[in-house]
Amino acid sequence: MATTVQPPVKYAPPPSSTAVWVFVAAVCMTFAALTSALVVRKGGAVEWRHFTLPSILYLNTAILFASSVTLEISRRRIAAFMGGLNAEIASPARWLYATFALGFLFLGGQYLAWRELSAQGLFLATNPSSSFFYVFTAMHALHLSGGLYAMVRVIRKLNGHTLRRATMDATAHYWHFMDVLWIYLLVLLWAKL
Amino acid sequence: MHDIPAQAHAAHAPTGFIRKHVFSLDHKVIGKQYYGLAFLAAIVGMFLSWIMRLHLGWTSFAIPGLHFLSKTGAPGDVMTPEYYLQLMTMHGTIMVFFVLTTAPFAAFGNFFLPIQVGAEDMPFPHFNMMSFWVTFVSFVVMVASFFLPDGPTLAGWTQYAPLSAVGAAAGPGQGLGEVLWASSIAIFCVGQLLGSLNFITTTLDMRTKGMSLWRMPLTAWAWFITSIMGLTAFAVLMPACILLVLDHVAGTSFFVPSNLVINDQLQPHSGGSTLLWQHLFWFFGHPEVYIAIVPAMGIVSHILMATIRRPLLSHRVLVYSMSGIAVLSYMVYGHHMFVSGMNPISSIAFSFPTLIITIPATIIVLIWLGSLYGSRMRLNTACLFSLGMISMFITGGVSGFFLAQPSLDIMLHATYFVVGHFHFVMAVSAMFGIFAGTYFWFPKMFGRMMNETLGKIHFILSFIGAYCIFMPFHYLGLASNVRRYQAFTDDYLQPLIPVHRFITVAAIATGAVQLIFLYNFIHSRFWGEPALDNPWEATSLEWSTTSPPPFDNFGGKLPVVYHDPYQYGIEGSTDDYVMQTDPRQIQTQGDEA
Repeated sequence: MATTVQPPVKYAPPPSSTAVWVFVAAVCMTFAALTSALVVRKGGAVEWRHFTLPSILYLNTAILFASSVTLEISRRRIAAFMGGLNAEIASPARWLYATFALGFLFLGGQYLAWRELSAQGLFLATNPSSSFFYVFTAMHALHLSGGLYAMVRVIRKLNGHTLRRATMDATAHYWHFMDVLWIYLLVLLWAKL
Repeated sequence: MHDIPAQAHAAHAPTGFIRKHVFSLDHKVIGKQYYGLAFLAAIVGMFLSWIMRLHLGWTSFAIPGLHFLSKTGAPGDVMTPEYYLQLMTMHGTIMVFFVLTTAPFAAFGNFFLPIQVGAEDMPFPHFNMMSFWVTFVSFVVMVASFFLPDGPTLAGWTQYAPLSAVGAAAGPGQGLGEVLWASSIAIFCVGQLLGSLNFITTTLDMRTKGMSLWRMPLTAWAWFITSIMGLTAFAVLMPACILLVLDHVAGTSFFVPSNLVINDQLQPHSGGSTLLWQHLFWFFGHPEVYIAIVPAMGIVSHILMATIRRPLLSHRVLVYSMSGIAVLSYMVYGHHMFVSGMNPISSIAFSFPTLIITIPATIIVLIWLGSLYGSRMRLNTACLFSLGMISMFITGGVSGFFLAQPSLDIMLHATYFVVGHFHFVMAVSAMFGIFAGTYFWFPKMFGRMMNETLGKIHFILSFIGAYCIFMPFHYLGLASNVRRYQAFTDDYLQPLIPVHRFITVAAIATGAVQLIFLYNFIHSRFWGEPALDNPWEATSLEWSTTSPPPFDNFGGKLPVVYHDPYQYGIEGSTDDYVMQTDPRQIQTQGDEA
């Protein structure tokens, strides 16, 4: 038996901070499912055809890394701007534009990788190994496009002076996660295909 | 009641019809939209079951007008064997996805979760609106397959490969019908992921002052646990469906093995794994059972306490048990695959957690029964349906003990025993939970009371009807009556046909009884007695606001919470309950916050 007194102090982080990690968990599950599909499918395949990953993927990886660096610079400058340490909004916005451009460049690079593979006669249905290559890279590109859309919203809000720190942080966390996910996929594809 | 100012949410209340009723951002409207969709889907699903049951009872019986549904599937109004399988597939799919997932979780959860935790809305209303409309599109795509020249897919709601993956050569509906099925479910997954995202963030971040996690009602806990299951399970089913679509439209071979010959045609696929689909599907499929039933457990617990006028034996143990079920649900999925050709050692590995998962389920049942013992119930319709749900869950759970053992499951797996089991433990239990929730929350949702007399008649007839339909399935299964057959022509099955006819009559009669509910629902919606704000003298936050709640839920001020959610049977007070928002310092029971 207890006697009620004052309610406890409430603490709640901004919903966007929680939401981005919840979404990351869902994306992890999706790629875990696809990974297990790759492992099972390869385990029983006699016709599995190994091929060398298109070399442009390594350049794309560097581009994606660079985009995370520019985003992080932007995030810190926005934090400084919001904290009153930096009066110029143009500076963080420039780095955001650079991030967006690099993200777009990465997607273009992935398209070139597909072109390179198809020039070798490796299409979606040619072999299970090429099937998984296209599925993994397409799914990653789709999720990265979501990150680009989030970036557009952040740029709009920044220019309209309505950007909240939590929104910026959530977008940055998601974008960095896309980096990590891509590294995982690159290693997986390199090891298994 | 001490309140804290809400953000200016009410100021944004929409006035236009489209924003208010169609593309609404209000979680309450979205909850009602989900309920309406589930209602529509339940009618379609039940109608399909009637046609199937008529065919099983009287195989050559011409069902008037059936050819309008499919000229090729029902020439002369008598369904072909393939069309039976197509209807069976659609019945299972529509009921599992669009009724059992949609109503107890998405419909009630959307309406009541934000209110029960003291929030104005969910944190991402646009995602919430999208989740409903994506689900609606998914339903439209699924139903559209009825109107294809060769009808919908016939591969069963589990869509086992290679039947589901080889294309039109496998039979009617296995071409475009199958692609529509897989596309619809992939879209459905997106909707549920968006919904789960909102549910989780609402629970973690939107609770009002004083609403600690342990002060949340059991319904809020159930929706929270379910949303975590939904997030992880649907995130796996979605890529599985994408791979299935690719096998059809892109010529890949994820699920189709080599050298497969169908109708004398060598299939142009190679090396795919049929077991891979089963693993991916059941990793979703078993948690899906709990996605349907855990919200019903929460609803029933919530209602029981308001009717027995005392807290359950343990709020915390019930939460731990629901969580335990959620965790274990991912470790038991292989029990659906005992007869798939899987390594027998794997069967033992999956059998063990399957038996273990009965422990938290049993604890929940014992908490219910122990709490009921010696109580003085207010025997209203919501209470009756709650008791009915417990009855159905126990009956279905007991048959689960048999199926958890591989040696028995090998014998029973392909029989009606399994049909009886899952209809009791998942389908009818969840349906009774939905009915309980409807009778309990109708006053809050629509501001009017449902007719109690009609409600009780509806319960009694539905309760008897459900047992008449599903109990004989166990007998049929023990008599080795195989499931998924469209006619019983074998000698050993023919003596069982009268049982099937009995079930058919019971199914049609029980379905007709639902017209009482439909009448009660519609009549009460417009002409029912106006509801008080707290007609059941309940304690949680939804009863501290008006019936129905205003746009911002609490009229411009968020409530402050002072007590656990179920303070019933309080001695020395003018009432026998204390609302969560009551700031008085009262000697309460089991305050665990």
